[in-house]
Amino acid sequence: MSDLNDLYQETIIDHSKRPRNKGEVEQATHSAEGYNPLCGDRVQVQLKIENGHILGIGFRGAGCAISTASASLMTEAMKGKTPEEVEIAFRKFRDLLTEDQAPAPDLGKLAVFSGVREYPMRVKCATLAWHTLRAALRGDPQAVSTE
Amino acid sequence: MSAHAEVLKDSRAATAFNVDRIREDFPILREKVHGKPLVYLDNAATSQKPKAVIDSLVDYYTHYNANVHRAVHLLSTRATAACDDSREKVRRFINAGSTNEIVFVRGTTEGLNLVAQTHGRQNIGPGDEVLISGLEHHSNIVPWQILCEEKQARLRVVHIDDRGVVPLDEFEKALHERTRLVAISHVSNALGTVNPLADMIKMAHRWNAPVVVDGAQAAPHMHVDVRALDADFYAFSGHKLFGPTGIGVLYGKEALFNAMPPFQGGGDMIRSVTFEKTTYNDLPYKFEAGTPDIAGIIGIGAAIDYVNDVGMDAIAAYEQELLEYATDAVSQLEGVRIIGTAPNKASVISFVVDNAHPHDVGTVLDREGIAVRTGHHCAQPVMDRFGIAATTRASLAFYNTREEVDALIAGIRRVQEFFS
Ligand SMILES: Cc1ncc(COP(=O)(O)O)c(C=O)c1O
Repeated sequence: MSDLNDLYQETIIDHSKRPRNKGEVEQATHSAEGYNPLCGDRVQVQLKIENGHILGIGFRGAGCAISTASASLMTEAMKGKTPEEVEIAFRKFRDLLTEDQAPAPDLGKLAVFSGVREYPMRVKCATLAWHTLRAALRGDPQAVSTE
Repeated sequence: MSAHAEVLKDSRAATAFNVDRIREDFPILREKVHGKPLVYLDNAATSQKPKAVIDSLVDYYTHYNANVHRAVHLLSTRATAACDDSREKVRRFINAGSTNEIVFVRGTTEGLNLVAQTHGRQNIGPGDEVLISGLEHHSNIVPWQILCEEKQARLRVVHIDDRGVVPLDEFEKALHERTRLVAISHVSNALGTVNPLADMIKMAHRWNAPVVVDGAQAAPHMHVDVRALDADFYAFSGHKLFGPTGIGVLYGKEALFNAMPPFQGGGDMIRSVTFEKTTYNDLPYKFEAGTPDIAGIIGIGAAIDYVNDVGMDAIAAYEQELLEYATDAVSQLEGVRIIGTAPNKASVISFVVDNAHPHDVGTVLDREGIAVRTGHHCAQPVMDRFGIAATTRASLAFYNTREEVDALIAGIRRVQEFFS
């Protein structure tokens, strides 16, 4: 039986209580909204992209501890990255949540979400911000839904 | 057990009924969840099934599985008789005047859509109004939106107050000569509010507006009398009434049912078919196209037998006591707020915990073996009214106990340890 502490690791609790990069991004060039119909949570991700790199990244909204912490840690990890690097990181992150294998070694802090794998109903909470970030990069104005 | 505890227990059993014995009738209540005894507090979503219901399904499939109304052979005769019996049990359960007024549907949702697509399409036109309340489940909003859009009619809403009550005076004021239909829940699934239905129906009838009742959350918890209420239509779901999924009931007054066009076309709903003309079958079969959910019909009959044995009034009294106990206990928790504080409530406690999102509350409680619902409960307008996205909802049934409520309280404290 997996312990709740495996899900709610300290870093997750910390980021859910004190989310980083929460708020408006000045002179944002990209933005998108995401929605999780299961719990009604909404998140908006804003980006400022220059020369193909994410210079500014911020989010608003979210909701549960998992989705808020995920948005917070994602924004920290993706600052300075290119869209291609975001895509690679997203795939590794998704595999961490859904695949029964050792996490990619270069996930860094994002590996704290490994416990989510034991809670299939919560995977969408962890991926909401990521789907929204990818929609913003695609220039997709429609709200993305995790369903 | 000490003599004192023995006496306490006896005195409680005397005022209500023997909940320990009732629990033995529900095999699932012996399950463990994450190694803990199951505490099932998600009854508003679906209820658990007594062994008598489960056995009725096995018995049908094992001993007399056959289609109904179609063959002269013995098994078909037995299956047909069992379905007829069930219809009569439903009739008595809600005190309808005739089994012609009992139509089997898939559930509350299908019952409401049936009324919208038949009676609604026939009677509602441009500029007319359909009146609903701010408490409604999506299944009692969307069918009317679809209808109103199609007919260029207006969907009017009586909003709820801070307690989650539909103010009766506001309701009365919203009615007028263009109100063609009123659709309202008997009991709210999101907040537990019990509407003063008889009064509302009287008011609507003064304007000749028929009333469609969403009884999904009332039928399992209280004695329903459609004639005393003077309801025109009343829909409920078998699976919330300790019966199987896939079966529900739409009650409708015979005169209204007779005047309505059929809902779906197919077998069983016709008297004769030629390529030129089809004549429809009598009530209630006119609204039951195709092979029905025979097992479900038998199962809902068994469920009604079961709750009748326990007694609907005894169930209502026991649950009311338990709801009060739970409301007191939750109210005493610091940092927890109950959403929905109507003076007249049934079975439901919706609440929010400071600094903890309902989704996280649900996950922590689940690890304690406690099943609750978290989210918007298919009632987003209710959530919007309170400025929240979601709540945690504990919903009770008569097999729940004070000990289970205590487990819920302990679970909420554990949530608070985690997140505050
Ligand atoms: C008040 C209310 N109305 C309607 C429904 C829909 O019932 P069903 O899904 O069984 O059709 C529900 C159940 O979710 C409900 O609680």
